[in-house]
Amino acid sequence: MDDSASLDLDGAPRSGVMRFGREKPLRLDSGGVIESLEIAYTTSGRLDAARSNAVLICHALTLDQYVASSPPNGRRPWWSSMVGPGRPIDPARHFIICANVVGGCMGSTGPSSIDPATDQPFGLSFPFITIGDMVRAQAMLVEALGIETLFAVVGGSMGGMQVLQWAADFPERLFSAVCIASAARHSAQNIAFHEVGRQAIMADPNWRDGEYTAQGVRPEKGLAVARMAAHITYLSEVALHRKFGRELQRDGLSWGFDADFQVESYLRHQGAAFVDRFDANSYLYITRAMDYFDLGAAHEGGLAEAFRRARDVRFCVFSFTSDWLYPTPESRAIVRALNAAGARTSFLEIESDKGHDAFLLDEPVLRDAIGGFLQSAALERGAS
Amino acid sequence: MREQTVRQDFRAIQQLVRPHARILDVGCGEGDLLELLARESRADGRGLEISPEGVSACLARGLSVMQGDADRDLADFPTSAFDYVVLSQTLQAVINPRRVLGELLRIGDRAIVSLPNFGHWRVRLDLLVHGRMPVTGSLPEPWWSTPNIHLCTMRDFVELTRDMGVRIEACFPFADARRPRAIDPSRAIENLRAESALFLLARD
Repeated sequence: MDDSASLDLDGAPRSGVMRFGREKPLRLDSGGVIESLEIAYTTSGRLDAARSNAVLICHALTLDQYVASSPPNGRRPWWSSMVGPGRPIDPARHFIICANVVGGCMGSTGPSSIDPATDQPFGLSFPFITIGDMVRAQAMLVEALGIETLFAVVGGSMGGMQVLQWAADFPERLFSAVCIASAARHSAQNIAFHEVGRQAIMADPNWRDGEYTAQGVRPEKGLAVARMAAHITYLSEVALHRKFGRELQRDGLSWGFDADFQVESYLRHQGAAFVDRFDANSYLYITRAMDYFDLGAAHEGGLAEAFRRARDVRFCVFSFTSDWLYPTPESRAIVRALNAAGARTSFLEIESDKGHDAFLLDEPVLRDAIGGFLQSAALERGAS
Repeated sequence: MREQTVRQDFRAIQQLVRPHARILDVGCGEGDLLELLARESRADGRGLEISPEGVSACLARGLSVMQGDADRDLADFPTSAFDYVVLSQTLQAVINPRRVLGELLRIGDRAIVSLPNFGHWRVRLDLLVHGRMPVTGSLPEPWWSTPNIHLCTMRDFVELTRDMGVRIEACFPFADARRPRAIDPSRAIENLRAESALFLLARD
C-alpha cells in the first residue's frame, strides 16, 4: 500500500493513490472483482489524536477528488463554497478526505486503467460497478488511512447516494451524514436522460465499442453531446433564461445551424471543455451505476429497512426547490424512511431558482445549515 | 402570544412529560421548547418546522428538525413513533385541524395541544362592545392578516375531542397572573376565564 498522502504533517492539501494488492480485492455487486484496486484521493487538514475529525466527501458523477485543492490541470477546487478555510468543512478543524470513485478517470481504477492481463485499457471488459462498490472502495481507503469512525460523510447528487449507501452498509463507522440534492433511487426520468447520454457516446463512430484509446481516437463528439444534454438537467428553466434569454451571439440570425443563440454556444463550450477532462467509458459505467441504484429495492422491507442499523447516525438531508433532477419528494422519501427507522433526521428544502447545480454554488442557507449541523454534532461527539 | 404566556406554556409542557420521553414538537420554531425539554427532561426530541430560518436555527443548536408543515407532512412519521407530540398554539392555524389532531394521536401515544380560547371573557366583550373581530393579547393580529384561521372556544375543542373519541387527561388554563392549575375544561366558567389552554390528550 502506498501512503503518499500521509495523515498529518502540516495539514496542507495532499494527493495520492492508495494501492491495494491482490490480497485485498474489491468484490463487486455484479459478481466481478477488481484485483489490484487503486484509489486516487486527496486529504487536507490534520487527523486529530483521537482520529475523530475525519470528514469523507463523496463526489458527483463528473467531479473528482479535488474538492479542496486544485487538480494538476489547474481547474479550481469544485466545492470551495463548502470546503476550505473558514468554511463549514474546514481543514483547520477537519481531516478532509475525498476519493475518486472506482470506475472514474482521475486516477482510481476504471475502464481507462490498464488491464494487466492484456496491457491494454480495460474498455468494456471492465466489470460493471455500483454505488455500493464505490462505497466499499472508500471504506477500504478509510480503513487503510487508520480511521475507524468517520465524523461525517457528506455528498451531493451521486455523492448523496454514496452517503445513503454508507449509512446502510457501514452505519457503525459513521457519526453523521449529510445528503444533498439526491435520491435513494434513480427515477425513470433520471435513467432516460442518462440513456440519451450513453447513446450519444456509443453512436459516435470513434467510440469503437469502447476501444477508442487502443485505436488512437476519442469519441469526443458523442461525449460532448452527452454532457450538453446532462448540463441542461443541472439548471432550472429560470436560471437558464436569466443567464441567456434569447440573446444572440452576433447581430442578426445566420439562417444556418451555427450557434446563433448564446445558450447554444454555452452548451457547446460545456461539451468541449468536458471531453478534455473526462473519459467516455467512465461516463458510461458511472451513469449505469447511478441507474442501477435503488437502495430500498436492495433491502427486503424497503428503504426504512436499509437504514435500520443507522439509527444512531445523525442525518441532515437537503433539497432545492428548483431541482427537477432530484426533486424534493425524493429527499422526503429518504426522510420518511429515516424516520421510520428511528434515526435522528433533519431536513431542509432550500429556496433557490438555480436548479440541481445549486448544491455546488455558494448558497448561504445551505452553508450556514451544514455549518451549524456539523458544529453541534462535533460538540455532541466531544460530550459523548 | 405574549412572551410571559408562552413561557408558562412551555413550563407546563415540561412538567407534563416524563423524563427521557420521545417527543415531536410540531411547529417548533427555533427550538426553544425542544431545548428546554432536552436539557431539563432528557427528552429525545424531534421537530417539524415550516420556516427555513427556524430549521437552520435548530440545526445550529444540535436539534433534529425537519422542514415541513403540520397539514401535509405529519404523514411522513410512523405510527406510535413518539411518546408525546406537541402542537403549541398552532392547531387554530392549520387548514384541517381535525385531521391534524388525528395525526398527532396516530404518531404519538399522547398529544399535548395548546390553543387560544375564543371563549375568553375579554374576547367576548370585545366582540360585543365593538362589533369587530377581537384583537387581544393572545390574538394580536387583525382578521385579514391573522394566521389563526380556525379559532375555537374551549367548549368547541372539548366537543371535538368527544366527537373524535379522544380522552382529555389533563387541562391547564392560562390567564393573566394566574398560576396554571388543573381544571375541568367543560365547565362554562373556565371557558370564560382561560385566555388559552393546554390539553394532554390520549386515544380512548
